[in-house]
Amino acid sequence: MNEHITTESNNGRYGEYGGMFIPELLIAPIQALTDAWNKAKHDKNFEIMYKQKLANYAGRPTPLTEVTRFANTIRGPRIFLKREDLLHTGAHKLNNALGQCLLAQRMGKTRIIAETGAGQHGVATAAACAHLGIPCVIYMGSTDMERQAPNVARMRLMGAEVVPVNHGTATLKDAVNEALRDWSESFDNTHYCLGSALGPHPFPEMVAHFQSVIGTECKEQCQTQNGSAPDLVIACVGGGSNAIGIFSGFLDNPKVKLIGVEAGGHGMKLGEHAARFRAKSRGVLHGCFTYILQNEEGQIATTASISAGLDYPAIGPQHADLYDTHRAEYVAVSDDEAIHALQLLAKTEGIICALESAHALAYLIKIAPSLDKKQIIIVNLSGRGDKDLPQLMQQKVIE
Amino acid sequence: MNKAKRIDSIFKHGKAYVGYLTAGDGGMQQSLNAALALIKGGVNILEIGVPFSDPIADGPVIQRAATRALANGTTMRDILKLTTAIRKQSDIPLVLFSYYNPILANINPSFFDKVRDAGIDGILLVDCPLEESEEFHKQCIMRDIAPIYVLTPATSIDRMQLINEKAQGFLYYACRKGTTGMKNELPADLAEKIQLIKANTTLPLVVGFGISNREMAADVLKYADGFVIGSRFVKAIEDGVSSDNLCALAQALNPIGN
Ligand SMILES: Cc1ncc(COP(=O)(O)O)c(C=O)c1O
Repeated sequence: MNEHITTESNNGRYGEYGGMFIPELLIAPIQALTDAWNKAKHDKNFEIMYKQKLANYAGRPTPLTEVTRFANTIRGPRIFLKREDLLHTGAHKLNNALGQCLLAQRMGKTRIIAETGAGQHGVATAAACAHLGIPCVIYMGSTDMERQAPNVARMRLMGAEVVPVNHGTATLKDAVNEALRDWSESFDNTHYCLGSALGPHPFPEMVAHFQSVIGTECKEQCQTQNGSAPDLVIACVGGGSNAIGIFSGFLDNPKVKLIGVEAGGHGMKLGEHAARFRAKSRGVLHGCFTYILQNEEGQIATTASISAGLDYPAIGPQHADLYDTHRAEYVAVSDDEAIHALQLLAKTEGIICALESAHALAYLIKIAPSLDKKQIIIVNLSGRGDKDLPQLMQQKVIE
Repeated sequence: MNKAKRIDSIFKHGKAYVGYLTAGDGGMQQSLNAALALIKGGVNILEIGVPFSDPIADGPVIQRAATRALANGTTMRDILKLTTAIRKQSDIPLVLFSYYNPILANINPSFFDKVRDAGIDGILLVDCPLEESEEFHKQCIMRDIAPIYVLTPATSIDRMQLINEKAQGFLYYACRKGTTGMKNELPADLAEKIQLIKANTTLPLVVGFGISNREMAADVLKYADGFVIGSRFVKAIEDGVSSDNLCALAQALNPIGN
């Protein structure tokens, strides 16, 4: 079987990447999760329950919106946005949080923990847990708590305990560290609801599976609206979950070009960005062998991005493999380019997107004039931008 | 002395008193002084911790030590120089204790030779379980370096047996869930767990995670072949303990032979 056409791993690996580089203590919960996941993914009842939640609680399907004023302004071809910003809680993250929380319930877990960067995964997990009646604890870097304050308030309103993480860089990576430490003590009753397509197996596969609903819907919508597949699909890449989610609908069609956009931050030097493919350096972080940002001693580098959700030093293993096999292309745009894209979409279409998603738009703005006008381009609009307003005010983008 | 033999001879002649240090905490000279002080204080197997930026299995004490060591610019080369210097003055087994990424980043065809030549007798990789350790394991065995593996309260009997078959030197039983750090009591199920491990494995067994006083160490030795003191020493170093006082602390914690 061609391993690139599904989200399924080859025994925890995507090409060379992935694996389960975890302390011995986490072997037991990871094996239990793998077993539960392998059963659930083939269980029709589980799928029905999950699909019902997606439709009746989360609000799927999300629309595919053509944005002609935006397209004209950037002298581009036909542009469509997959509107994950319209999903309940405001980002694609809920697709995964609902799936994992249902699985946790099935495993008899009575507590959920999660990490969050932009706060969208935290909000999604808090919502899923409130809806399903499971207590939850969200770890969040204190830097991120400040820059994504509205999401902290939302999580707390939904009953989640939000625990600030002060050490290290006080961003997403450190929140993952702290969640893993909690889990290594609490796994008997606790599920760790990891928020992106990364970490040890089975997380990348499981998260990609839950996010593949984006690609499945999008493929069908594009066919219905245009009678054809898109020429190009663009998504931002933090850990990689929204990107693998939409890519998964098109992996089997080599005519569809796929582009992942990383956070170029404010400079080219290590520490000034979060563009993993810029450094082309590989290693192990958080249980997974992949491309990471590190110094020559294997110490994980600090990262920088205006977008908390992209501010992470490792990329999910599927993307590492898609990069090596040239099935997808990866590029980066700067903080300023992302801010500009957010503003332009807001002005031309009345859609305020997340700074993460704005990275995907920003790359499209760059290449738009060079594209054949008849082409159909889809951008995964992974989330909405309400959470970013304080940050935009601070940057004096808005008064 | 032959490497594997150094570890074996400890268990042949008695119990193991294993001490842990984060290399480079306070500078390399401080690490050398601390290592020698621990050895003088009775530690007979020394674990040299390689600092890592993201130590997910460690509690706050060792996290802080790693942060300080990295702020000092500690590199793998420094650490191998340290073990070489310790080896010049002592014949006790030295175990390199590391997360996988700092090792991966340094791997080149001669890396494991350098490790061997730096007097290291065993390597324990915190986040490289049996499922992922094939290449590392092979490199160790080829050079007579003992690959050391961890057992935990959650390790199944089948897995214990599998690990025992692969591992060399000794087995490290991390006796509780969670991260490293000082605790005041041993887990209630310790005796029972050790009996289970002993019934299913053949290698010597040392117990660590949270042992912070002499009574706990003495209790562990009723059932196991050795005990590990980590965070307690690292905390003393954080608090600026002198070499003499560190040696005295090591002696005071040691229930063997007094
Ligand atoms: C709106 C939005 N998009 C994208 C991301 C990046 O994550 P991923 O790459 O897993 O989609 C985040 C993460 O927080 C997010 O909130």
